[in-house]
Amino acid sequence: MQMRVLKDVHRIVERRELAPRVMLYRVVAPLVATARKAGQFVIVRVEEGGERIPLTIADADAEAGTITLVVQEVGKTTARMARLREGDAFVDVAGPLGAATHISKVGTVACIGGGIGIAPVHPIAQSMRAAGNRVIGILAARNRDLLFFREEMRRACDEVRVWTDDGSEGKKGLATDALRELVADFGKVDRAVAIGPVPMMKFVAKTGHELGIPTLVSLNPVMVDGTGMCGGCRVTVGGKTRFVCVDGPEFEGHEVDFDELSRRQALYREEERASHDRYMKEVQS
Amino acid sequence: MSDNGTPRDLKQRYKTPKQEMPCQPAEVRARNFTEVALGLLGDNAKLESYRCIYCKEPACVSGCPVGVDIPGFLHEVEKGDLAGAARVLKRTNLLPAVCGRVCPQEEQCEAVCKVGQGKNGVAVSIGRLERFVADWERNSGMAQAPEIAAPTGKKVAVVGSGPAGLTCAADLARCGHKVTVFEALHKAGGVLVYGIPEFRLPKAIVAAEIKALEAMGVEIVCNFVVGLTRTVDDLMKEYDAIFVGTGAGLPYFMDLPGENLGGIYSANEYLTRVNLMGAYDFPKNDTPVIRGRRVAVVGGGNVAMDAARTALRLGAEEVRLIYRRSREEMPARKEEVEHAHEEGVNFTMLTNPLRYHGDERGRVSAVECVKMELGEPGPDGRRKPVEVKGSEHKIPVDTVVVAIGNGPNPLVPRTTPGLETKKGKILARDESGKTSLRGVFAGGDIVLGAATVILAMGAGRKAAKGVDEYLRTGAW
Ligand SMILES: Cc1cc2nc3c(=O)[nH]c(=O)nc-3n(C[C@H](O)[C@H](O)[C@H](O)COP(=O)(O)OP(=O)(O)OC[C@H]3O[C@@H](n4cnc5c(N)ncnc54)[C@H](O)[C@@H]3O)c2cc1C
Ligand code: FES
Repeated sequence: MQMRVLKDVHRIVERRELAPRVMLYRVVAPLVATARKAGQFVIVRVEEGGERIPLTIADADAEAGTITLVVQEVGKTTARMARLREGDAFVDVAGPLGAATHISKVGTVACIGGGIGIAPVHPIAQSMRAAGNRVIGILAARNRDLLFFREEMRRACDEVRVWTDDGSEGKKGLATDALRELVADFGKVDRAVAIGPVPMMKFVAKTGHELGIPTLVSLNPVMVDGTGMCGGCRVTVGGKTRFVCVDGPEFEGHEVDFDELSRRQALYREEERASHDRYMKEVQS
Repeated sequence: MSDNGTPRDLKQRYKTPKQEMPCQPAEVRARNFTEVALGLLGDNAKLESYRCIYCKEPACVSGCPVGVDIPGFLHEVEKGDLAGAARVLKRTNLLPAVCGRVCPQEEQCEAVCKVGQGKNGVAVSIGRLERFVADWERNSGMAQAPEIAAPTGKKVAVVGSGPAGLTCAADLARCGHKVTVFEALHKAGGVLVYGIPEFRLPKAIVAAEIKALEAMGVEIVCNFVVGLTRTVDDLMKEYDAIFVGTGAGLPYFMDLPGENLGGIYSANEYLTRVNLMGAYDFPKNDTPVIRGRRVAVVGGGNVAMDAARTALRLGAEEVRLIYRRSREEMPARKEEVEHAHEEGVNFTMLTNPLRYHGDERGRVSAVECVKMELGEPGPDGRRKPVEVKGSEHKIPVDTVVVAIGNGPNPLVPRTTPGLETKKGKILARDESGKTSLRGVFAGGDIVLGAATVILAMGAGRKAAKGVDEYLRTGAW
């Protein structure tokens, strides 16, 4: 792979709101755009003094040299990001990181995205279909306002089904109900990929396991370097400690200790809140 | 000096007492991140250099892993020509300001210094003088850019920007090759920026060295993870040779029950949060670190000392080093152990952790330990610690730093087919660091396992020589 430009300004070339507090950024990162595979992520630092945060690559355009990131505003860093405009830039984008999704032809594949998880499941659906699978996309969210990428997923999948907790769009029910329905309709689902909030992944993995469907999940612990150097991202999988940034981010769902993951994700909640409040005050004044 | 090189004033020299280097008082420095040791003052430096007796066969030079001409630079200091002293140092050592601070001189040059032999002998403070000269040069603004040979048209990729990579890059640039350094993190310097704390090695020093390297025409590309952004094979298509200096950045854990509880860090994570990400200044910097009240650091090496002293500076009330052997056997430098002790670190020796206990939020609340006693000497000659039955006890803690060592960084070996390794370390076939792949060299911690700055620099230098030869002759 040719590397013409080694030092890029990671300019935002497109920025739009997909749902309340959910932003899409298309960013210049040619080295990443040409090397990335489904399932991989980048580490982004928004500005000097900023923290390093992992973001899954939701899409990439190798020719244009851009990658697409979908970001939910949850704390200071993502709030700071949301205030950037097209033409502004992130100081650092490193990647692609993590192991790519293992893609093979297995038959029928369910690609389930819960809320913000719709973005990372999108490139996996694309690859799974390119490998010759029948791909059923499931978009699940609490309500219709939180759904996005309907068109993108329709293009990527053979069929897309929408589920909301409150029935405001598509069928009423949870991602687990969606998976059960697929099994009822198709007789057999050969592989499921579920990405979303930890409780959603936990229950879809459990349901998948009960139904005999190998269910892949993508974990999102707190990270620092993203290259296997610190162990901050460690999670117990199959009784063993694994570093999500290099051994993952995807694992067989039924082996993951989701409760440990949730607790580790919550480690800095107080600091995050303080930092966010301080930033919001600063912005308002 | 007499004709045969022996100074005439030998007695005078022997009588000159060792000059002390001022330090911040322990109770003050234990709460700030500025440098502990303040450096020799000019007059003292001159007097200290006067303690050198200019041995005919200077043992110190052979004691130095890179063979710095120690009497040569001391002589310049004694004459008062500090620029000259800097020139002598830099002939063999690219980073004297760093080495003067972090080298284990007491095991190297100073250990064999003639002046230090005998019951009352105290070695010349070679490290402190090295630091003195390098600091003088940096602050003088007169640092001279080294001469660079005419461009050869050859391109070399250096992977990793730790001391091995930086040294290799500098030497290759001097030979006229076009060098690009690829670094995975957002800042260059390797362990010098993410691991070794500010109070031991101010980051401004590393930054100055990197700027100097860039001034020599070396291109530094950060955020580039070799193996993922591009593989070694990809790089081989665009570069004539590659040097891999990716270090020993894989933290070991002990695999104990409860080790994934919140508040338990690897030393790498703890130090990276504080040093590289600036968590000591949260919330001004965005990255937080848990500021424990009661911190336990497991391990007895330099990394453990750095973590313990960092915890103090973050405001911990109690910092305890838990080590399974006795204090005398700690592998850390004596000076660092003493500094830690003076600053108030509690040495809980002959103790080994068994498991961790947590609270309802999943955070560590205690470490359960067992007492150890020293048994028969093992194959390495060190007495093996054995558990004392029935001595299990709990120590309440809210933060733990596991500093029991690092393994070689697996990213490049994992993604480079045909690159031979042994126990994860890249196999080097000779001194120059030739690997099993033509055109690919390796050196530093990735070959040696976690070692030292000076050994990594030495390896980078030897590899640069090897790369240059390979580029000129094509012989492998
Ligand atoms: C806390 C701590 C304290 C220490 N104290 C001392 C001391 O007092 N004295 C002493 O002599 N030694 C000390 N050491 C050891 C010393 O720092 C190391 O031996 C030395 O830094 C090794 O140099 P290196 O160049 O081989 O690797 P490193 O300094 O580890 O640098 C390797 C670099 O390569 C980068 N990298 C890794 N993988 C990739 C990749 N795939 N692509 C691109 N870049 C990559 C890393 O990010 C890193 O920047 C200490 C180490 C630690 C951790
Ligand atoms: S984020 Fe540091 S090891 Fe994974």
